[in-house]
Amino acid sequence: MASEAAVLENRQEQDEHLWSGGKSPFKASYGKLMMWYFLLTDAFTFAGFLISYGALRFSSVTWPVADFVFQKVPFFDVETPLVFVTFMTFVLIVSSVTMVRAVQEGQRENRKGVVIWMLATILGGLTFLSCQAWEWTTLIKAEGVTLTTNPFSMHEESGTYLSGEDLTGMGYTKVKKDFHGATSTYFLRNGVADMEENRFFVKTDHHGVSHAGESFEAGRPYLITIRHDTHQYEHAAYKNGNGDVVREAFGPKAFGDLFFFITGFHGFHVFSGVCFLTIIMLNSASGIYGARKNGYEMVEKIGLYWHFVDLVWVFVFLVFYLL
Amino acid sequence: MAAHMSYEDQKKLVLKGLKILGFITIIEVLVALTAKGHLIPGLEFTGPMHYIYMLAMAAFSLYKAYFIVFFFMHLSSEVRGLRWSVLLPTMLLVWAIIAFFNEGSAWGHRREQIRKKNREEVKAPANGSLDYDKETTMFLI
Repeated sequence: MASEAAVLENRQEQDEHLWSGGKSPFKASYGKLMMWYFLLTDAFTFAGFLISYGALRFSSVTWPVADFVFQKVPFFDVETPLVFVTFMTFVLIVSSVTMVRAVQEGQRENRKGVVIWMLATILGGLTFLSCQAWEWTTLIKAEGVTLTTNPFSMHEESGTYLSGEDLTGMGYTKVKKDFHGATSTYFLRNGVADMEENRFFVKTDHHGVSHAGESFEAGRPYLITIRHDTHQYEHAAYKNGNGDVVREAFGPKAFGDLFFFITGFHGFHVFSGVCFLTIIMLNSASGIYGARKNGYEMVEKIGLYWHFVDLVWVFVFLVFYLL
Repeated sequence: MAAHMSYEDQKKLVLKGLKILGFITIIEVLVALTAKGHLIPGLEFTGPMHYIYMLAMAAFSLYKAYFIVFFFMHLSSEVRGLRWSVLLPTMLLVWAIIAFFNEGSAWGHRREQIRKKNREEVKAPANGSLDYDKETTMFLI
């Protein structure tokens, strides 16, 4: 058994040679170390995006309410806030867990285990991407959120939605006009040009149900309905506390930009992750990594990337859906 | 690396990770739904409660991030130098968050001020004449 002094001397000797090359002071291979630093830079990219989301959100008087925007669930005609996105979060967590299992099997040089667990991870990634595709489709097609238009917002004052009779009674003129072969009915103040920004509509939801006569308080979320046959956003007319007739305004434009850009950038990471996972799974199955006898280090490296994608989602989930 | 752990222990860690991450996510969602008044009728977090709620949410997420990085990505088993070379640079983000959120609120105040000014009605001075700047062709009020 070596004495303590001898151990210390030996350690100092090692330290002297530590930085002279040939050894890894971080006890990690070049590839793994660079994966860590790549992920660090990527974390800064995502942090930049998420921080700009925060800054823009703080700078706006109104902002769409997340649990009102994200309350649709595929196959069910229900309105349940956050349920679908929680499911998506679980899919990513589970795929992260199967990835850890794949790395562990790799360290035991168990080829079959690596392939099976990686396959499970890939399926998780694909499920997540499909969910995201559905979410984007709903937002864009059904609800009309685009990069330049955001129909979701929040009332700044309390008021009551007006019906057609209310509007004609107040001296507004009813106009019927065809767009894309379907008739749109709206109201114009007398003597005002028929421009898009002057049209007042009766509040109607996507199911065609009228909400005229309903009252709301300040701070309540709303969605400007887009009619799918006329392709028109129907800005509802309401009467505020002062008795003025007001048109529902679009929400902050930045919301759509930030949502599509940040979740899109994350989704692109998931997509490229799925591609790399597939390549590495096929290579594992072919026995290339087994022959290297380094405990399937490639699997460990792609594992780092995959966990990072899950890590980013934790924060995307936080800022877009929870807060 | 978690090489010093037995295979059974490793598998246990994975299961623990799944439970912890899943449990925190469920708590987060339940708290978010309560805070926004969906679970308990008539209860909605406003004012200081809302700030506590936001901080709690950030804390939950940071814990999840810590768990993923330290145990799923095994940063806890890496050499100290590697660990710090990855973690220290992220500290810069603390200032980025403070600075940009502060900046964002400042934009918000400006925007609010502009809207308020735009709604103000201009009254002519008592003597009935407005000062007129010939160069900028604007009334000086």
